[in-house]
Amino acid sequence: MIPTKEEFYNALVCRHGADYQKKFDEACVAICGLGGLGSNIAICLARAGVGNLILIDYDVVDVSNLHRQQYKASQVGMSKTEALLSNLKEINPYINIETKQIKMTEENAMELVEEADIVCEAFDDPVCKAILVNEVLEKAPDKYVLSSSGMAGFGSANLISTKKISKRFFLSGDSVSDVNDGIGLVSSRVMVCGAHEAHMVLRILIGEKDA
Amino acid sequence: MVQINGEEYQFDNKKLVSFLEEHNYDKARIAVEINEEIVPKANYDETVLMSGDVVEIVSFVGGG
Repeated sequence: MIPTKEEFYNALVCRHGADYQKKFDEACVAICGLGGLGSNIAICLARAGVGNLILIDYDVVDVSNLHRQQYKASQVGMSKTEALLSNLKEINPYINIETKQIKMTEENAMELVEEADIVCEAFDDPVCKAILVNEVLEKAPDKYVLSSSGMAGFGSANLISTKKISKRFFLSGDSVSDVNDGIGLVSSRVMVCGAHEAHMVLRILIGEKDA
Repeated sequence: MVQINGEEYQFDNKKLVSFLEEHNYDKARIAVEINEEIVPKANYDETVLMSGDVVEIVSFVGGG
């Protein structure tokens, strides 16, 4: 039996308080890249009742994604946007989710995140990370951008942290563990990093502007 | 004196692009802020680091 919208909302108010839940409900967050970071960020925010999510990724679910990304074996071959939409709707049926199955570029980035108050950078590729962060900081003075860098390998999860780089730019990760150095991505450590980004989203929404 | 990523450098009027090149930064993988303001990539060549500037150079690594 799926709870009603009112039951769902009241349960969230019990956890977060009415004032904060209203802020979450009214917020719009773009998640750019739906891999190990983005799929975990989306699940955290959907569970918290963030009312409007924009999911952006061009890719499809691959068997090599299943060790760390929030998809199911039955979803291999589906677009990540559609698969994650389906999974999030099972978790929280009452939030608005917009999907954009497209590759983000320097040219289309700002249009794709136009409606968002907060932009979560969750790409795998460092050039894509840099493009999105630079575009938002240069062109959208009213938006926050949260990004991640350095989460590969079996290094201590305690090395993952969130730093406030400037008033609209937060960076999570250990800054150095590069997947291109031949160390693999490990589910738990990527999840820690994604949770850092998601948690910073919630903190910004309630007015806590320090990392 | 210029502060870059928390370290103090004893120079003044140094070109940002010179610092980036001397320290082997890949310009396609970074974001640079001076005194909390982003430096547009198109301005890297003409930007000069002045005494008192606080600079953050974020260099992204792969994985997500």
